[in-house]
Amino acid sequence: MNCPECDAKLNIPEDASVGEIISCPDCGADFEISKKEGSNIELKQAETVGEDWGE
Amino acid sequence: MTDVTILYDSIRWEEKSLLEAGKKKNINIQMVDCKKLALDLEKKPEDYGVVIQRCVSYYRNLHATAALEGLGVKVINCLNTGVFAGNKLFTHMLLKKFGVPTPDATVAFSKDAALEALETNGYPKVIKPTVGSWGRLISKLNDKESAEGIIESRETMYPIYQIHYLEEFVKRPPRDIRAIMVGDKIVAAIYRNSEHWKTNMSLGGTAEPCKVTQEMEEMCIKAKNAVQGDIVGVDLMESEEKGLVVHEVNNTTEYKNTVRVCGVDIPSLMLDYALKVER
Repeated sequence: MNCPECDAKLNIPEDASVGEIISCPDCGADFEISKKEGSNIELKQAETVGEDWGE
Repeated sequence: MTDVTILYDSIRWEEKSLLEAGKKKNINIQMVDCKKLALDLEKKPEDYGVVIQRCVSYYRNLHATAALEGLGVKVINCLNTGVFAGNKLFTHMLLKKFGVPTPDATVAFSKDAALEALETNGYPKVIKPTVGSWGRLISKLNDKESAEGIIESRETMYPIYQIHYLEEFVKRPPRDIRAIMVGDKIVAAIYRNSEHWKTNMSLGGTAEPCKVTQEMEEMCIKAKNAVQGDIVGVDLMESEEKGLVVHEVNNTTEYKNTVRVCGVDIPSLMLDYALKVER
């Protein structure tokens, strides 16, 4: 699967699950796996780090 | 039937490892994305089991816990822990009450009051947002000039940043300690080493195993109980003057680096604990 931003090849691990964040190795954009049915994967723009994130 | 629900808003290594540990143990784990959740506050939801709260967003975490707990679902940690541990001043007061050594601090409610307190108590001090994480907006105030600039910049921010929490700058080795508590036990602890005075892993600190002493464990149990926690990460510093001091209790602790360097299966221990607690 290619990066929706820059078209570089994304490395999505076999065991990746819905909700996981994938980063593009080329442009650094973050995507969240929004759907996964077998090899059919859909991505959406990941939430940016919120001001209230962390611990 | 669900045994344990992992409530998340971003799947990090921690959440994945909980799911994996659940599969190995044959526990029915339900993963719930809090971002997709709408809770009817008038109806008790079915089939949550015990909820392990893992939302990375503070406000989402707190409000989801309030809703679920209010509806009768057992959430780890409970709402009080989210409120108390999520605020450095609230935590400070409770640590003092429970006899846990913690760095001295002052709270000031305006720029002028803060600068006056700094003049009286002396520099350097560390200014921390009472609510905040990953070391963000924590600044060292070395002198009056830097304090004026930093505090003035906070006057334009959201009101929580105008509660000026001023903590003593603790003289210590270039590291602090993160102890992971599951119930009344430190299951693993690490030193977080950093050349920078902020030792947060998210800011590039490095981890190495830390031997747990009886003193440390007793202190951490008190700190956990102070905020009414079940599973928490307690942060300690080795003060040259006071010995061990607790400066923070983390409500939704990260533990990736602790598992990596200590080789302790923290996710499994968390699940064992969750299954044992009263619902």
